[in-house]
Amino acid sequence: MRASTTGFRVTRAGPLALLQDAGRFGVRHLGVTQGGPADLHAWGWANRLAGNGWGTPVLEITFGGLQLQAECDLTIAVTGADLSGRLEDQPLPLWRRIKIGKGERVVFGTPAKGLRAYLAVAGGFSAEPVLGSVACVVREQLGGFDGQGRRLTDGDQLNIEIPSPNMPDTIEVEAPEQERPDYTAPAILDLLPGAQVADFTGRSLFDAFNAEWRVDDRADRMGVRLTGPPLHCRIPSLVSEGISLGAVQVPPDGQPIALLNDRQTIGGYPRLGNLTPLAASRLAQCKPGQSVRLRPAGAERALREHRQFIRQVATAINDRTSARNRST
Amino acid sequence: MSHSDLPRLEPAGIDGWMVRLFGTIEENNLLWLTALTHDCEAAFGEALVDLVPSYTTLLVIFDPLQISPWQARERLVDILARLVPDDIGGEGELHKLATWYNSSVGPDLERVAELSDMTVDAIIDTHSYQEYRVFALGFSPGFAFMGLLDDSLICPRLETPRPKVPAGSVAIAGQQTAAYPAVTPGGWNLIGRTAARLFDRNRDGFSLLKVGDRVRFVAVDQHTFESEGGDPTPITPAREETRS
Repeated sequence: MRASTTGFRVTRAGPLALLQDAGRFGVRHLGVTQGGPADLHAWGWANRLAGNGWGTPVLEITFGGLQLQAECDLTIAVTGADLSGRLEDQPLPLWRRIKIGKGERVVFGTPAKGLRAYLAVAGGFSAEPVLGSVACVVREQLGGFDGQGRRLTDGDQLNIEIPSPNMPDTIEVEAPEQERPDYTAPAILDLLPGAQVADFTGRSLFDAFNAEWRVDDRADRMGVRLTGPPLHCRIPSLVSEGISLGAVQVPPDGQPIALLNDRQTIGGYPRLGNLTPLAASRLAQCKPGQSVRLRPAGAERALREHRQFIRQVATAINDRTSARNRST
Repeated sequence: MSHSDLPRLEPAGIDGWMVRLFGTIEENNLLWLTALTHDCEAAFGEALVDLVPSYTTLLVIFDPLQISPWQARERLVDILARLVPDDIGGEGELHKLATWYNSSVGPDLERVAELSDMTVDAIIDTHSYQEYRVFALGFSPGFAFMGLLDDSLICPRLETPRPKVPAGSVAIAGQQTAAYPAVTPGGWNLIGRTAARLFDRNRDGFSLLKVGDRVRFVAVDQHTFESEGGDPTPITPAREETRS
């Protein structure tokens, strides 16, 4: 166990700032959800740029509004959404490693592009894992800095692990241009067709992959509802069964819901299939009203892209498996 | 969806397969599902991320960095070819849940009695007489879906779910029964409350109940309920809650 110290004080918590590691694994059979970053892509890059291994706890800041004051000199990286952040009186640089001095303030405003920003600090935020993870799931009262699933609150002192002084020089200072998505552009979401896809009517399948879908305001870490032409499935519901990340389920009203990190572990609506992990990440940055399209994808390409992404950001790939903790 | 080609492997993303074993809910499904769970743990080892058993299926989530979906599929095909159900004798652990059946903590007892055309006492006797099996966990940590209820107790969910169901509430809906591990919203009929701690982060295994376990609800009086740690605070009427 390395030494920890107070890294930040929360001067204003804003609506929703959560501590997230890679997620809670090996406990899904107990009804415990996955948690972890809604945008795995931006979260992975935040850790990479801060010199942290895969799975290191990061702040997920949704909508903005968070104000932090550094309690010591820190190295940080902020990725993901542009939440009109400022470092003292300067715009907060995104997608790059920066140093901030003791007493300096990082202030997030309102979402300009995307919804969720990720703030990683070199060494990583420090909290006691619950069921093998610090991933903060408010609904389940698990994880976070207090272990009870509490979002950040005004006045919180955020502990960090003291980083090793030497940043490996193989780690880039900023993310390559092509890794910084334009979250305002219409999103094209890769979807791997699932077993019930053939049970949708032909018209509905055409609509699913050709219509423009709007992100509804019923969207959170559990799932994102899409509105558009109603989809009809010949089987209205199934016996409840496990639901994996990115599953796109279609309830009887025909409006699909893409299920994200805090989804319930089992459910019984027919599914079109699964968004790829990177597509789920992209969807998590879409604001209500934004339009998205679903594109049928093959598993081979999706797997290649996923592995490529992990290889790019995981400083030491074994960090990932060590973040897992099967309870059995 | 036809059931003639079961068991069947269905794609569930780049890191998952849904193993569909059965088309309908039967108690004997559990013997196959628990056997399949154990076999997957042995065959996938470190590459296994999660296993989510439910009534008729097992969702297998693996680490896509360690194995590809196609390798995972091969392993599952192998397992299925050799799968033998667990022994009936080796069935799950039996839990006896001390339950105080009373309208103050089970405000739907009378509604259920009315719908079933039975007395409240008969409802309690029928519910506590039988042994139930845990078919699935979900909805919230440690929430166990149990069945199957005696036909006489089958009743629909509430039209409007309660925003806050107290922890320990024992409930029925359709052919199923459950106990709420924590305060959550809920649409099932509440008929009593158990003193058992259903989910405890400090307990080995965390959840009291696991898929395949057996459960008896044992009717106790208020005194016993409280002495076993039960909270007798009456449930707030739904009207009061929706106003707040």
